Amino acid sequence: MRPFIRFESVSKAFGSLTVVNALDLAIEKGEFVSLLGPSGSGKTTILMMLAGFERPTQGAIYLDGKRIDHLPPYRRQMGVVFQNYALFPHMSVAENVAFPLEMQRVPRAEITERVERALDMVKLKQLKDRRPSQLSGGQQQRIALTRALVFEPSVILMDEPLGALDKQLREHMQLEIRELHKRLGLTIVFVTHDQSEALTMSDRIAVFNAGRIEQIDVPQVIYDTPRTRFVAEFIGETNLIEAKVASVDNQVARLSLGAGLSARAHAGNGLSAGQTASFSLRPERIRLGASPEGSNALDMTITDCIYHGDHMRVQLTRDEFSLVARCERLAGNWTVGAPVVASFDPSDCTVLTQ
Amino acid sequence: MKAGVLRERSGALLLVLPVLVFMAVFFLWPLWAMVTAAFVDDAVSKVLPRTAASIVSWNGQGVPSEAAHKALVQDLRAATDEQALGEAVRRLNSAASGFRTLLGRTIPAVKAASDPAQVDLLAIDPRWKDTRFWMALKEAMPPYTDRNILAAVDMKRDASGSIVLEAADASAHRLIMLRTLLVAAMVTIACAVIGLPYAMLAASLTGWKRSVLLLAVVLPLWTSLLVRTAAWFILLQNEGLINRALQAIGLIDSPLPLIFNRLGVVIAMTHVLLPFMVLPIYSVILGIPRNLMSAAQSMGAGPVRAFWRVLLPLSLPGLLSGSLLVFMVAIGYYITPALLGGANDQMISSVIAFYATGTANWGLAGALGLMLLGVTTVLYTIYGRFSTSPQVPGA
Repeated sequence: MRPFIRFESVSKAFGSLTVVNALDLAIEKGEFVSLLGPSGSGKTTILMMLAGFERPTQGAIYLDGKRIDHLPPYRRQMGVVFQNYALFPHMSVAENVAFPLEMQRVPRAEITERVERALDMVKLKQLKDRRPSQLSGGQQQRIALTRALVFEPSVILMDEPLGALDKQLREHMQLEIRELHKRLGLTIVFVTHDQSEALTMSDRIAVFNAGRIEQIDVPQVIYDTPRTRFVAEFIGETNLIEAKVASVDNQVARLSLGAGLSARAHAGNGLSAGQTASFSLRPERIRLGASPEGSNALDMTITDCIYHGDHMRVQLTRDEFSLVARCERLAGNWTVGAPVVASFDPSDCTVLTQ
Repeated sequence: MKAGVLRERSGALLLVLPVLVFMAVFFLWPLWAMVTAAFVDDAVSKVLPRTAASIVSWNGQGVPSEAAHKALVQDLRAATDEQALGEAVRRLNSAASGFRTLLGRTIPAVKAASDPAQVDLLAIDPRWKDTRFWMALKEAMPPYTDRNILAAVDMKRDASGSIVLEAADASAHRLIMLRTLLVAAMVTIACAVIGLPYAMLAASLTGWKRSVLLLAVVLPLWTSLLVRTAAWFILLQNEGLINRALQAIGLIDSPLPLIFNRLGVVIAMTHVLLPFMVLPIYSVILGIPRNLMSAAQSMGAGPVRAFWRVLLPLSLPGLLSGSLLVFMVAIGYYITPALLGGANDQMISSVIAFYATGTANWGLAGALGLMLLGVTTVLYTIYGRFSTSPQVPGA
């Protein structure tokens, strides 16, 4: 099956500054893809090129097999939800939602009916005569979403749509958008710099750095087996371990960590004895105990212990080697300065390419 | 505590005192002088106080009583202020023609008489039998009058005291006021037609291009109005730059009549007042979030429909403020119509100037000024209402 949206070696430069660099990206119909990255990584520019507000300097963009990068935005049939909602302040809620239908020259009676139905869907029918300025942030967000959905566009593009909401409302809206995506089978491209938002909502995440995709995969793979150092550090917290590979045997590498410690890790392809490599070990994969469990066990000392409510963050050291572990609660009466055994599985220690 | 507040307050008052004094001397006092000039009519009663007191009882039938004659004689003998007397005579003569010669004969005779009780006015001049003059004298006595304000709208009181329209050919204040409003409206429309696209263009550009556009509009504000009008005088002449250029490229054979007519006035006033249109629109457009236009386009609106449905409606508050501002300033214009207009393009300010400096009819000048002030105040109230109404809310 050919992909629904396809970027083919697309580059975008503003003057001498290259913002997007030879991007290849394929998105399937009905997929929820998040473009995740720090500001300036080019993710918004990609969305703007897809919507038609920017034209690629090089390359081609296809929608459903047709090349669209030369089309103006109003010929692309994409619903866009903007960062600050971009609701028309001089129109009522109902007029805002009716606007795209009027632009498509839908008959009057049908517009009224579809607007009613759409507002019903987000449970804001009672606000239809209000002005956007009389709505709360969450309500405005929902109207912006409704307005983007009402004309049944082939793709919905969202540019950090939840950025202006407070944490609780943001999480609520995440669920709501996810629900709409599933129910209506929408194709959604979602730009965000919030990694937890990307993890909870997406079918796939494309992690961007400096105009390139660092890694694109389902959330679990992105989190559990980050491929690059950037992905490992940008998504969640991790222990970055620089280690020398002592030997490789049957896909298992024996690492010497320094301070006399050694551990085993899952070796990717191309790892050979004698080289130095970076590994990622998620703090919550480390188990703390009095005795070794599993194949990797390191004797460490607790140097710091921070209470976070739902978990503890424990700093472990042995000479110059240190780790951060995350556990629900500390079993036993360990305190700062106490010795502890840190155990983890070889499969949780992921090798990174630079 | 209370004393402290009081001291603070009086300190603040002291700081604004200069501006209060300035306002009082250069704004409130002239305004008050204008209002009083329009309504106060005491030139006669000041000079003839006894006559004023005695003529009140006269009912207008027949010649007034002997007492009134005596009072007038006494007043005229007592009047030593030549200037005040002159003003009274002028006031009376404007009410009843012939009063000047009547008094011209009466006053020396009254002053020359040895015994005031023996003076017989009818003997000095038989016209004192005419009730017309006594009537004018009686009507000139009340210290306040609505004569000027009625004259400003081409009305007057007839012999019976009821308000009637002035004869059509006697006065043209209404016509001139209408013309003033018409010229101001033409200038406002011209400014809007040029100013709206200009402001939109300026707001859509960035960097030096925007600065150049804004400078081109603001720079004339720093030039004297007279200089700009004179510049248009040179440009618009039959032998001026515009006519010469048009003839040179063969567009016209004979010079277009651009000056000493309505067209010249509107062209020059539009240029002078354009900043008052462009700047409010520009500032309103700058406040419109850019992504609104992007949003409209993403929903299928082409550039034209996005303009009509989104940009134009959101610019309207600016257009409205600009229009009111231009209109308000335009109705008070004086120099430009005077220099560039013909006889039929003079506006109400010229008429006010004519009464004030030409015929020294301060009362009518004040009344016309008040009318202008009234129109401006009404417009300003509307302007205030619109400029404080909620515009584009912050996102």
